[in-house]
Amino acid sequence: MDKRLSARDAVAQIEDGMTVGIGGWGPRRKPMALVREILRSDVKDLTVVAYGGADVGMLCAAGKVKKLVFAFVSLDFIPLEPYFRQARQSGSIEVMEIDEGMMLLGLRAAAWGLPFIPTAVGLGTDIINQNPDIKLVDSPYDDKEWVAMPALNLDVSLIHVDRADFRGVCQISGPDHYLDDWFARAAKTTIVSCDELVDTTFFADPARAREVFWERAATSAIVEIPGGAHPTSCNPLYGFDVAHFKAYNASAKDGGIESYLNTYLGADEAEYQRNVGGLDAIRALALPTY
Amino acid sequence: MSTVATDYTLAELCIVAAAEAFRHDGEVLATGIGVIPRLAASLAMKTFNPDLMMTDSEAFLLSEPNPLGKRPADFQQANETWMGFSRIFDNVWSGKRHAMLGPTQIDRFGQTNTSALGGTYQQPKVMMLGARGFPGNSICHANSFFVPGHNTRVFMDGECDFVSSIGYNPARLPRGRSLDDVDIRRVVTNLCVMDFGGPNHQIRLLSLHPGVTVEEVQENTGYPIAVPAEVPTTPAPTVEQLAIIAALDPHNQRAAQIADNPPGIRA
Repeated sequence: MDKRLSARDAVAQIEDGMTVGIGGWGPRRKPMALVREILRSDVKDLTVVAYGGADVGMLCAAGKVKKLVFAFVSLDFIPLEPYFRQARQSGSIEVMEIDEGMMLLGLRAAAWGLPFIPTAVGLGTDIINQNPDIKLVDSPYDDKEWVAMPALNLDVSLIHVDRADFRGVCQISGPDHYLDDWFARAAKTTIVSCDELVDTTFFADPARAREVFWERAATSAIVEIPGGAHPTSCNPLYGFDVAHFKAYNASAKDGGIESYLNTYLGADEAEYQRNVGGLDAIRALALPTY
Repeated sequence: MSTVATDYTLAELCIVAAAEAFRHDGEVLATGIGVIPRLAASLAMKTFNPDLMMTDSEAFLLSEPNPLGKRPADFQQANETWMGFSRIFDNVWSGKRHAMLGPTQIDRFGQTNTSALGGTYQQPKVMMLGARGFPGNSICHANSFFVPGHNTRVFMDGECDFVSSIGYNPARLPRGRSLDDVDIRRVVTNLCVMDFGGPNHQIRLLSLHPGVTVEEVQENTGYPIAVPAEVPTTPAPTVEQLAIIAALDPHNQRAAQIADNPPGIRA
């Protein structure tokens, strides 16, 4: 089965009001080219589930988000995401604020077809008080109360990987695949952008096959977009773009998202990459030191 | 065999005081978020608790802590196993971890806030990071706090605007659990060291940094502190500890962590 699609056709599957999961972590390996395709589209009223960075900030600022499911939104070296803060401080989005690990449990519950997974995480905190949809339950085995973390059922997941073949075998060769395998499994439709499209024989090497974290049945569409994680990192191919993030952060104080989008977004990814210095410049971005 | 240093910064004093939090932990993952907590955990691992486990802050567990900041091109970190984020949660939920973090608010119950200040929850006046992993950390394993600026905005009167982590608050105690299930260890600040070992888990003064008075700590804390009859002075770093700290922090990031980088002994 050939799952290759253009970014536009892949993202056209997202409809108003859908729940969309976004892989990656903060400023790391985010499917930013797919996010930009959403920014170019008319889709709206999304519920977004993410370990958030500029993906969440941009979607909030562009008015695409009705509700955000999050544990944090951060650019790491710029701790506070400017447009996410504006969205919260203006009261313009609904939120379901949860713990980082609860998000993993919610994705697992969705992937496994369970209504919830019990956990101690969240007990005694405002995660419970501020989320009427998260219930406490009794255990049939002890006398304690537990948090019933509900399934985070996703209509669509967006993920960026290093390499993939046309059937949806996806390789993440960087140091961490984050929770991307669970985003892939929790969604009805999983759209994966890749820096490089490879032949299926690429994965015959067992060391490479070990870097495939979900089987291809969990991938619905493959979009080849070299540099598609920019301005976030796609370790080991490129680091995150510190200068670009600084400009993005500054735009929140001066000009707003319109000025940022007018400067960079473009009509398609080719134009975006010209606006940010080209693919060679993206590939030359140094990896971060933690 | 160890020589007490006479010339050290307040940041270095705090690193040594915070390292003590990990002394008796045994074999747990020590996670210090921020420069001083990370150096504290690293110092503990390099000296009195070599059984500690530590990550590279990205995706590997190390048998030797990494120095902070840019490292030489030929630097090879001492990888021990893969430790990506999904496995961090496996570790957190097992309880074999001790984290040291710097929340924005810490109330009298030891509850903390990393999320939102003021306004309403739907529209906070100041939005911060979000709850992050604080809810899970606080119910699953030991936690300590580092506060570089001890004042009544951090140690505030009343309850946190948003409770990110469980503390010793009877009103929020989950059914079937005891306040003793909550495990808050040390609170190290630019003024003193405290814990929640006072009567009914009240915050308690453990030591004062050189030149700091009980009155100064109390004035800068929005709720009463239990003060023992004798309050010792926070032990000075040794010359050996300072050398290890300098090697772990070759770019001197520690100098930028406390306002004006004051000396450890007040002038």
